[in-house]
Amino acid sequence: MNWYDITFYVFAILTVVSAVGVVFSRNIVYAAFSLLFAFFGVAALYVLLSADFLAITQILLYVGGILVLIVFGVMLTTRAQKVEVKRGILSVVPAVLIAGIIAGTLVGVLTTTKWPAANLSPYEETARPIGALLMTNFVLPFELASILLLVALIGAVIIARREKARRA
Amino acid sequence: MHNFITYYIGTGFWGSLVSSILPLVYIMPYALVTMWLELKISAHMQDRLGPMRTGRWHGWAQPLADVTKLLQKEDIIPAAADKVLYLLAPALVFIGSYAAYAAIPFSPAYIGADINLGIFYIVAVSAIVVLGILMAGWSSNNKWSLLGAMRTAAQLVSYEIPSSLAILAVVMVVGSFNLNDVCSAQSGWFWNWFVFGKFPFLFITFIIYFIASLAETNRAPFDIPEAESELVAGYHTEYSGMRFAFFYLAEYANMFVVAAVAAVLFFGGWNSPFGAYLSGPVWGAFWLISKGMVLVFIQIWLRWTLPRFRVDQLMYLSWKILTPFALLNIFAVGLWVVLRG
Repeated sequence: MNWYDITFYVFAILTVVSAVGVVFSRNIVYAAFSLLFAFFGVAALYVLLSADFLAITQILLYVGGILVLIVFGVMLTTRAQKVEVKRGILSVVPAVLIAGIIAGTLVGVLTTTKWPAANLSPYEETARPIGALLMTNFVLPFELASILLLVALIGAVIIARREKARRA
Repeated sequence: MHNFITYYIGTGFWGSLVSSILPLVYIMPYALVTMWLELKISAHMQDRLGPMRTGRWHGWAQPLADVTKLLQKEDIIPAAADKVLYLLAPALVFIGSYAAYAAIPFSPAYIGADINLGIFYIVAVSAIVVLGILMAGWSSNNKWSLLGAMRTAAQLVSYEIPSSLAILAVVMVVGSFNLNDVCSAQSGWFWNWFVFGKFPFLFITFIIYFIASLAETNRAPFDIPEAESELVAGYHTEYSGMRFAFFYLAEYANMFVVAAVAAVLFFGGWNSPFGAYLSGPVWGAFWLISKGMVLVFIQIWLRWTLPRFRVDQLMYLSWKILTPFALLNIFAVGLWVVLRG
């Protein structure tokens, strides 16, 4: 066992334990903050695979954007700490169906993917090729994603404005 | 040789450990000196003398006395606080501030991690501070803490956008995220520094970055997160002793991070102002720290001169002034980079 393996296992355990914490935590704020460590662990695993751009983007978007929004939302909800996360069986058939489809997909991906034991290939710069590919081969998905974000942005502004007009 | 420690000790466990602890060895004396400077500068700006007795000469030992007092204080945990998060939050805030030091090129011979995405990494890890502050505010179970934390999050998220866009303009000019490359691109005399050398474009970028970075350090005029007169002390109202010291240290550490990033991006980083004269690994550290300290001084100066922004003014400045100007600036810089070839 070398340092690479030890680091990998430390971060893998961190990720899995925090992910379990997100799912099983009764306190919704704990679930949100467990997500922080799960995201962080995943970013660390990306680093171990020499995917530095992906790792930092993971931190920037998931921790800095999505998680802050989630925590913000949770905290804005009054007495969030007293809200019991709903448990119990609500609707069996759709739940089993959806869980089954997701589980099937994941198991399928798990079994078909080749898992390289360790990425020992030398590190290569990733930001420049990613940028070049986004502007050449993948320019259509890139632009579509931009338009989607623009639509979301305008939608958010419109919803916020309507709220204001109603109150006045 | 970008890191003299890993060069001599090796990139194994000990080399990495020493290399990652070195910035902490810098932050401690830096924070003490800056605390004293802040006491004295604020005093002189208000026509007072400030501390004059502790340690005889102009009260130089005042920060030492303050820190000793702080560490002796009782560590209070409010009964209704959420214990786990309450204890974790100060550490998380400091981790977020300290993590940024990994990618700051202190000298041509020392950068904690010479990664290709240095500046991108610094922008990303500052997000951890936001979460730490939200955690502190929520877990204290105090209305002022919670309000302060919410204000902080809103402010930091808003001002991250103009500051990132300003950084992007420099990245476009250099063509690299690596802060050592940014420094190398500004070598030579001081008129090669981006703030002077690329005059109209990167000077505007610097102004945008500096205003946005002031907001990211949560100090006046952007101190509504802690606004003493409204919120007691904001997100760290309930904290005392060692844990409060952590927030304090993180604030000072953060001040130097934004100052050092500005120094690297716009003022040549570890380059000497006089070309090859007075340059080298040790002089490099001297120049970077001096430039950083000058910018820290300007932060202190502004803090004690300007009144606090209201929440709506804060949002107006970020979304309606800085962000549009930063976008226009990106467009202008991009056009200029393309046309120049």
